[in-house]
Amino acid sequence: MEDTIAAIATSVGVSAINIIKVSGSKAIEVVNSIFKGKDLTKVKGFTINYGFIMDNEETIDEVLVSVFHSPKSYTGEDVVEINSHGGIACTNKILELLLTHGCRLAEPGEFIKRAFLNGKKDLIEAESISDLIEAKNESSRKMGIKGATGEISRLIKNLRDKLLNIIANIEVNIDYPEYEDAIVYTNELLDTSIKEIQDELQKILKQSNIGKMIKDGIKVGIIGKPNVGKSSLLNKLLDEEKAIVTDIEGTTRDIVEGKIILNGITLNLIDTAGIRETDNIVEQIGVEKSKKIIEEADLIIAIFDGSRHLTEEDEEIIKSLQDKKVIALVNKNDLEQKIEIEKLKDFNIIKTSFKNNEGINNIYEEINKMFNLQQIDSGDYTYLSNARQISIVKNAISLTKEIYNSNKLGTPVDLVQIDIQRLWELLGELTGDSYKDELLDEIFSKFCLGK
Amino acid sequence: MYEVIVIGGGHAGCEASLATARIGHKTLLITGNFNNIADMPCNPSIGGSAKGIVVREIDALGGEMGQNADKSHLQIKMLNSKKGPGVRSLRCQADKTTYPENMLKTLKNTQNLDLKEDLVKEIIVEDNEIKGVITESGERILSKKVIITTGTYLNADILRGHEKHKGGPHGEKPSLYLSESMQEHGLIMRRLKTGTPPRVLKSSIDYSETHEEKGDEELLTFSNFYEPTYEIDKQESCYLTYTNEETHKIILDNLDKCALYSGLIVGIGPRYCPSIEDKVVKFRDKDRHQIFLEPERKGGDEIYVGGFSTTMPEELQEKLVHTMDGLHNAKIVKYGYAIEYDAIDSTELKMTLETKKIKGLYTAGQINGTSGYEEAAAQGLIAGINAALALENKEPLILKRNEAYIGVLVDDLINKGITEPYRLLTSRAEFRLLLRHDNADIRLTEYGRKAGLITDEKYEIFQNKLKAIDELKEELENTKIEATKENNEYLSSKGSSILTGRIVALELLKRPEITIDDIEKLLGKTFDKKAKEQVEISVKYAGYIEKTEKEVEKMLNLENKKIPTDIDYSKVRNIATEARQKFEQVRPLTIGQASRISGVNPSDITMLLVYLKKEYPYE
Repeated sequence: MEDTIAAIATSVGVSAINIIKVSGSKAIEVVNSIFKGKDLTKVKGFTINYGFIMDNEETIDEVLVSVFHSPKSYTGEDVVEINSHGGIACTNKILELLLTHGCRLAEPGEFIKRAFLNGKKDLIEAESISDLIEAKNESSRKMGIKGATGEISRLIKNLRDKLLNIIANIEVNIDYPEYEDAIVYTNELLDTSIKEIQDELQKILKQSNIGKMIKDGIKVGIIGKPNVGKSSLLNKLLDEEKAIVTDIEGTTRDIVEGKIILNGITLNLIDTAGIRETDNIVEQIGVEKSKKIIEEADLIIAIFDGSRHLTEEDEEIIKSLQDKKVIALVNKNDLEQKIEIEKLKDFNIIKTSFKNNEGINNIYEEINKMFNLQQIDSGDYTYLSNARQISIVKNAISLTKEIYNSNKLGTPVDLVQIDIQRLWELLGELTGDSYKDELLDEIFSKFCLGK
Repeated sequence: MYEVIVIGGGHAGCEASLATARIGHKTLLITGNFNNIADMPCNPSIGGSAKGIVVREIDALGGEMGQNADKSHLQIKMLNSKKGPGVRSLRCQADKTTYPENMLKTLKNTQNLDLKEDLVKEIIVEDNEIKGVITESGERILSKKVIITTGTYLNADILRGHEKHKGGPHGEKPSLYLSESMQEHGLIMRRLKTGTPPRVLKSSIDYSETHEEKGDEELLTFSNFYEPTYEIDKQESCYLTYTNEETHKIILDNLDKCALYSGLIVGIGPRYCPSIEDKVVKFRDKDRHQIFLEPERKGGDEIYVGGFSTTMPEELQEKLVHTMDGLHNAKIVKYGYAIEYDAIDSTELKMTLETKKIKGLYTAGQINGTSGYEEAAAQGLIAGINAALALENKEPLILKRNEAYIGVLVDDLINKGITEPYRLLTSRAEFRLLLRHDNADIRLTEYGRKAGLITDEKYEIFQNKLKAIDELKEELENTKIEATKENNEYLSSKGSSILTGRIVALELLKRPEITIDDIEKLLGKTFDKKAKEQVEISVKYAGYIEKTEKEVEKMLNLENKKIPTDIDYSKVRNIATEARQKFEQVRPLTIGQASRISGVNPSDITMLLVYLKKEYPYE
């Protein structure tokens, strides 16, 4: 049997009530040993029990304890949840008590892992829940919920049903060649069906790219020649209420100087390490440095001095911004404008005066517009968001292209069907409905299953 | 004392007894009536989609059905000839007189094989091992192995309208006691049903109102080892007609009068071979159904009304038949009926078709829940070969799903079990591009040879074919086609781009629009016909064949993940109750086998694997 694990399930320090979750064959027994109230080993599942957590004779906290019996629980094992009211110190003490009474501290994601292995969650759901836990903002939290409740699974299942219909029809044509009952699936007919499926997959992929954005945020780089006001802008942006964290290391290898939440999407201001420390360092960031930022960012904010003519450096920056999403800030609009503004016509131009606090809000509006953020926020969150899922969809799309092409060449439909079958199985891997050896290996490597 | 007793002389029994006798084991075939040896009580055809390939496989393994059909058909054609090579299949209209006659002749001329007219009442079992049989005439006959191939005869009931009486196919005596004897020895039996349509008098049909369906213009054979012996233009035709709204109305108005809907039938019938009542009820929006008028024997006057299986009472059958074009004045000579019979639960069997509970007892054919002459013959052959191999203490013959339709058939029976009579379909074979009509001999002849059923003469024919294929391939690899004006004109006429320099013939064949016939013309040569086919398929479909082989590899991988035989399924956590029961019942030997059991979901397999990894980390 699995050992019994425990962990604090709420984010520490934030909430008034903290929940400690215990799962495993000894969950009830262990909690009961430190609980004063009803005998938890005798209570029914789905009950909430009032009482006290005790350390020998000392009362630690007044608690509510929820009891779930296997298999009707989140993990499929016996589960106990302790609602503690006494703040973080009490919560930590309770966890400590549990660990000394026979529980082991849960590894990150271990509750989900158990839920998946016990058949409580399919793969997409399990992955989504781990997304949910790691959610960095409201949008990615909502997305996690969509995945967790099986929205994505349903979408993929619909597609698989369509494919299965095609497969079945082709099979009937083969098995009953003399019967007129079934429509004969020709290359032309297949053409349309495959196109439809390809379109739907493209749509899922497109949405998933948005999903990735929701989850990971948008990388924003600020560039401009020395002294043009990069640090001023950064400070302006971070001074706003929207800034939540500074000086933390992001999920990518980039140094994220600051994060701003905009309509639920995280803007990661990247690669501006040291920018706020001293203006002298800002002066050292030259064109070379800018190029690196341009390469990595999803969005570039390029700052130009409106009161001066464009310099050679400015021109070089403009040249390097081809094919990127760019907001060109023309600063110092409080002074006389000398800039050759027509050279910036390919960009979204915003005129600002950092000095007078003008135009800063326009930046947010422009970002909203460029990334359709408002639409995302009001839209549904039916996206695939992790790399495994997205790569399967990508493979599926390239397979539909293959099918489409060989079908165009007039390959007999019953041969094309071999690939349609593969497509059907591939999509099943998303939901765990197809049985694939490599998938299991992947699972086994993620979840250490040795004794 | 015999080494093998085969009970029942249908298609399974014939193949089983011929196999054991030919391999060299003293065999007795007991059957109720010699006139019904290799009888075809239902459709007068052999082959069809997937089934035709099975006949080719039987032939390659050294069975009889293929060459017997070649000797005794009225018409033969290649189905799906316009589709890919993986789904082509032969079908013939077999002669219901000469097919059984030829088979009986073969049985009588086979060494080591005795025939006996009787019914078997009981099997003799001691210490879970078969010892022989007791016949209804009271004779006690001992043997080391017994193969039961009783078809639809066990406890058979004939049903038509509201009548029900004990009886085998076309009025034969059923076997009333054997099923009980099997159950007494612990074997689980179930009840199945099938049906057959009426036969009408040929001279009473007006063919001008029907559509003629001829045999193919090309000489074809099931057998790889014999040349065709028939003449193309002497083939007999089939004819196509349709039901109509009047037919459907009569059926719907009288549903309570047919055996199927009156509640008389408890057995489960096959979905893919429904009675006309079923078709009309389940597909109410269809305004017509196809009906095939098929000759039953050369020069004979009985015509099989294919697609019109019915359990309506006789007077209604008359009325219904007369609604159809061509049949307005048709005279029915035999009425349609349904037959209910006992079959063994196929999960009682091992992959060798030996029962798990009684050593030395095998079952094959319709008794295992299949339908169709071809499926029966295939199982008879497999049971026969395995009984013989067991007598010799040799490794059994178990064909894999990527090797033969027969492998798919046996694997499905044993692992999936059946809920309705089982028919082979191409869709049941996941690797059908490998299980082709044209390469059945290449896939299986060596197995037949090893079992002792392929004579030296046949084996030489086979090896010559392999040699011809190799030689042709080599020739095409080493021959270049020049960029001459004539050649380029020819290529243009085929819609193919012209050559700017010489090209290797095999490379040119890779162009989708160029066939091997074109290569022949460009080179001014004539290649061996069978070699041509193989080379063309292997070049044209190389991509898909490769993909399929990758899938095979995946399956074999799972097949190599063994499940310890001592596994206690009650200890595997979190698998569905149904899956647990199925695992316990089937006791799969590998993860691959476990994953194919019906009612088992991928998540159950995941759980099983998790358990195995934990409990048996070093296996």
